[in-house]
Amino acid sequence: MKPVYSKIGEISGNVITVSASNVRYGELAVVSSDHGKSLAEVIRIDGGKVYLQVFQGSSGVSTSDEVRFLGHYMNISFSDDLLGRIFDGTGTPRDQSPKLMEHLIETGGPSANPINRIIPSRMIHTRIPMIDMFNSLVESQKISIFTTPGEPYNELLARVALQASVDVIVLGGMGLRYDDYLFFKHTFESKGALSRSVMFVHTAADPVVESIAVPDISLAVAEKFALDGKKVLVLLTDMTNFCDALKEIAITMEQVPSNRGYPGDLYSQLASRYEKAVDFEEAGSITILSVTTMPGNDVTHPVPDNTGYITEGQYYLDNGRIEPFGSLSRLKQLVNKDTREDHRPLMDGMIRLYADYQETLEKKAMGFKMTDWDNSLLKYGQLFEDGLMDLSVDISLEEALDRGWEILARCFDPEATGLKSDLIQKFWPEGVAADE
Amino acid sequence: MKGNIGFVKAVNGNMVSVEFDCRVKQNEVAYVIVGELRLKSEVVRITNDHADLQVFDSTRGIMTGDEVEFTGELLSVELGPGLLGNVYDGLQNPLYEMSESYGYFLEKGVTLPALPKDVKWEFLPTVKEGERVEKGDCLGTVMEGLIKHRIMVPFKLSESYEVANIVVQGEYTISDIIATLRDDRGREFPLTMSFNWPVKRAINFYEERLAPEEPLITRIRIIDTLFPVSKGGTYCIPGPFGSGKTVLQQITSRNAMADIVIIAACGERAGEVVETIREFPEIIDPRTGNPLMERTIIICNTSSMPVAAREASVYTAVTLAEYYRQMGLDVLLLADSTSRWAQAMRERSGRLEEIPGEEAFPAYLETLISGFYERAGMVRLKDGSTGSVTIGGTISPAGGNFEEPVTQATLKVVGTFHALSRDRSDARRYPAIEPLESWSTYKGIIDAKHREWINKLLTKSYEIEQMMKVIGEEGTSLNDYITFLKGDLFDSVYLQQNAFDEVDAATPEDRQKFVFEMLFHILHGNFSLLKDKEEARHFAHHLRQCFLDLNSAQWGSEQFERITKNIQESVEKYMDKDSGLSRLLLRSSFVDTIIDSSARRLKKAKTILKEDIEAETDDETGI
Repeated sequence: MKPVYSKIGEISGNVITVSASNVRYGELAVVSSDHGKSLAEVIRIDGGKVYLQVFQGSSGVSTSDEVRFLGHYMNISFSDDLLGRIFDGTGTPRDQSPKLMEHLIETGGPSANPINRIIPSRMIHTRIPMIDMFNSLVESQKISIFTTPGEPYNELLARVALQASVDVIVLGGMGLRYDDYLFFKHTFESKGALSRSVMFVHTAADPVVESIAVPDISLAVAEKFALDGKKVLVLLTDMTNFCDALKEIAITMEQVPSNRGYPGDLYSQLASRYEKAVDFEEAGSITILSVTTMPGNDVTHPVPDNTGYITEGQYYLDNGRIEPFGSLSRLKQLVNKDTREDHRPLMDGMIRLYADYQETLEKKAMGFKMTDWDNSLLKYGQLFEDGLMDLSVDISLEEALDRGWEILARCFDPEATGLKSDLIQKFWPEGVAADE
Repeated sequence: MKGNIGFVKAVNGNMVSVEFDCRVKQNEVAYVIVGELRLKSEVVRITNDHADLQVFDSTRGIMTGDEVEFTGELLSVELGPGLLGNVYDGLQNPLYEMSESYGYFLEKGVTLPALPKDVKWEFLPTVKEGERVEKGDCLGTVMEGLIKHRIMVPFKLSESYEVANIVVQGEYTISDIIATLRDDRGREFPLTMSFNWPVKRAINFYEERLAPEEPLITRIRIIDTLFPVSKGGTYCIPGPFGSGKTVLQQITSRNAMADIVIIAACGERAGEVVETIREFPEIIDPRTGNPLMERTIIICNTSSMPVAAREASVYTAVTLAEYYRQMGLDVLLLADSTSRWAQAMRERSGRLEEIPGEEAFPAYLETLISGFYERAGMVRLKDGSTGSVTIGGTISPAGGNFEEPVTQATLKVVGTFHALSRDRSDARRYPAIEPLESWSTYKGIIDAKHREWINKLLTKSYEIEQMMKVIGEEGTSLNDYITFLKGDLFDSVYLQQNAFDEVDAATPEDRQKFVFEMLFHILHGNFSLLKDKEEARHFAHHLRQCFLDLNSAQWGSEQFERITKNIQESVEKYMDKDSGLSRLLLRSSFVDTIIDSSARRLKKAKTILKEDIEAETDDETGI
């Protein structure tokens, strides 16, 4: 039994210091105060001084409260009993069921050996053309939805989760509004998905620091399921809250901030979580779909910026639509070569034309005379937005491709599309005239 | 030995502060001992009786009082046969062996030998007993795949030696003694085929450093034609996320005409390396007939691997590159991404509580970056042969803004700048190198005047395009409009290249020269016969279509020729007959290249040539 320390030196932000010896870096402790017990983690050791990050927040902690070190690191019980359960950010049950104590696994384990990863090759069909056709989602991908508060990102997340054919869904909620928490719970329940889901939910009402543990716990559980051969989809919403919690701790610890107050290791912190996405040789896989809300819709803000460099693409959700510009699935090449031969060229061609349409829109807004070509583009843009971009469109990939050709045929001559002749010969729809 | 031990006093992230009372060397390797584990670390600062160590592993579990063992050795890599085709982490641990011994994960505190100990190499001695040698001299060779691997006198032996003993030709492992050297004082040095060298010290003994003049063909058109890279040169590729940096590096690693390619995946996604690891053993290098992996070494310290080893990974890679350069080979080092390396330094600097420079990067950032790129170069070795290290580094600027410290520090020291742009990648114009921003100081494969002319055309075309946005298409003159279309045509059919098309993915030098000349003449031409903008646009679309089809036609195939003819005919409709294209097509360079590239069609090409020349001669005599 480790000794109990009852002399807390400093309390600053959500970090407390205590004089203690024989404490390991990263070890957990329990801080007992008048307001109950809270988990805390060792984040720095300096001689005999130990810095602890208190997950329930330091509010109400007094200098003579007890700190008991647990001798182990952050862990979570793992078994199939997790399925259907809901926990808070540190793994305490949020539902009425009992606490699980068996088969404890450590969170934040080592990184997978790149040699043991395999090239992702299975597409996840979502029946959203902007995803399936233009930026296919691939099993074991890590991809984020870049968006702004108020957009229907959690709805999109839930829709993809329910549509995807995966064995286990792990939801990690950080700073989730209570309504959103209930939305996920009810949607999963009503669609029968709760029995294959585990939820770690930190709501906006909980202490901010507690959200720091959510990605690690969610991913540790996901990793175990994947090693058991399961296909796991991890939903993390919203990672900006996680980053803000990191920022808070870093500033409390007086670290030199690098950019807008965020710590210099933000990239590494995010990467060590996102890199858990994996497709194991001879075992299961982890796909991570996260949400990153961009303060001020600014993609150069440190959080989306660093995320963008780490994830394998992003879906840019703006005005209720997934915008083709700014959205990118870096793994799409791995799957869209095996779908239909026209998939890739059609996708590129349509995006190029959509870019031209955007330019024409600008010209139009400035009051220039529209040429025939401009008019074709305007018509094209409209058809494209209604037929493919609208989030209510719910069609398969095949249908989306056919619709793409039809839209082109209604607007252009074959040669104006810049598509290769043999494809045009094969796929150009007959009888759809480019009506004026 | 008690003298080499210290004790942990403080832990902060991956930095550990150690109390010692022995001799400690800056940048020496030390091991933090946590129970059974030995965590490799490097001394980065010494203040009186405290040393700050950065630990190349997770520091979880370290506590005050843990023992630290100082080794007295600088961070080094093992050099010798067996490096090629291997995948290493930043500290040269072989990842295949790691996987065999430890399974799916990179376990903490593990070190494995970098070179295979049991492989037998056929050693062919090239020196005799009694000869004088010094560091870097060749003692013999082994065949490492297709590379003649020189077994050299270890670089740290700084005197002149007499070969006291050398083994006969035969099979040896890298731990067998293959030679013994004797210095003037009679001391003997038994040598194996491998030796260590500290990664942060440049291998710099050669006769002279040459100017990088010979182009390094990457078979990427926009690079070779407009913004070339030289053997022994340096280049950087900054770009916001999603602009295709890594894809560009991958294509380069595949297609570049270098003897050896070293890929340093530094702090980027593991997934990117996985593609290379899985695909390269399958892809056959057409020049050698062997898998690409045989000329490749991957140093892989991906983003979730320990941050401190990121910095090491870049140096490990460049040291291996220099080692092979000493054998007279052309080595291409691709570092992706140098920003992650800089960020690792920033993290360390922050934990050391150094006064931060711009964006919290350390003040010595520039020195380190230029020091790294300066390790590139084309050199003449003692035996007269030349070898080169070419370094291409990607940069991931925060927010895609090139005004940040890493990009700026790199631009000062590189010879070529490939600026990737989000606008181009959004419009799917790949590779998304922005021609108006990029530059190169090297001589490429295309006549400098033509290169210049095309650059001007692209600028002009862009200006007209911008102007059209303001004054509208109707306010633009037909001539300007045609210039705009010309620039656009060159961009879409030449600068853009489809990496997924079997043929288009890699354009050999002679094909580039030919298609460029052809386009140059078309673009140079005066299209006075075009009536209006509508017709001009139609014509441009038609030409684009033809060239796109041409891009995916086999070089020298029937189809290639047919499309070329087709283009010629269409152009003639609107262009003066004498304007050069038809003549160009008959010029010997065209026919020569066709013949070169396609021996089986040799006969046919000659016949065509003969007929055409006869026809032309007839014409001329007619006049």
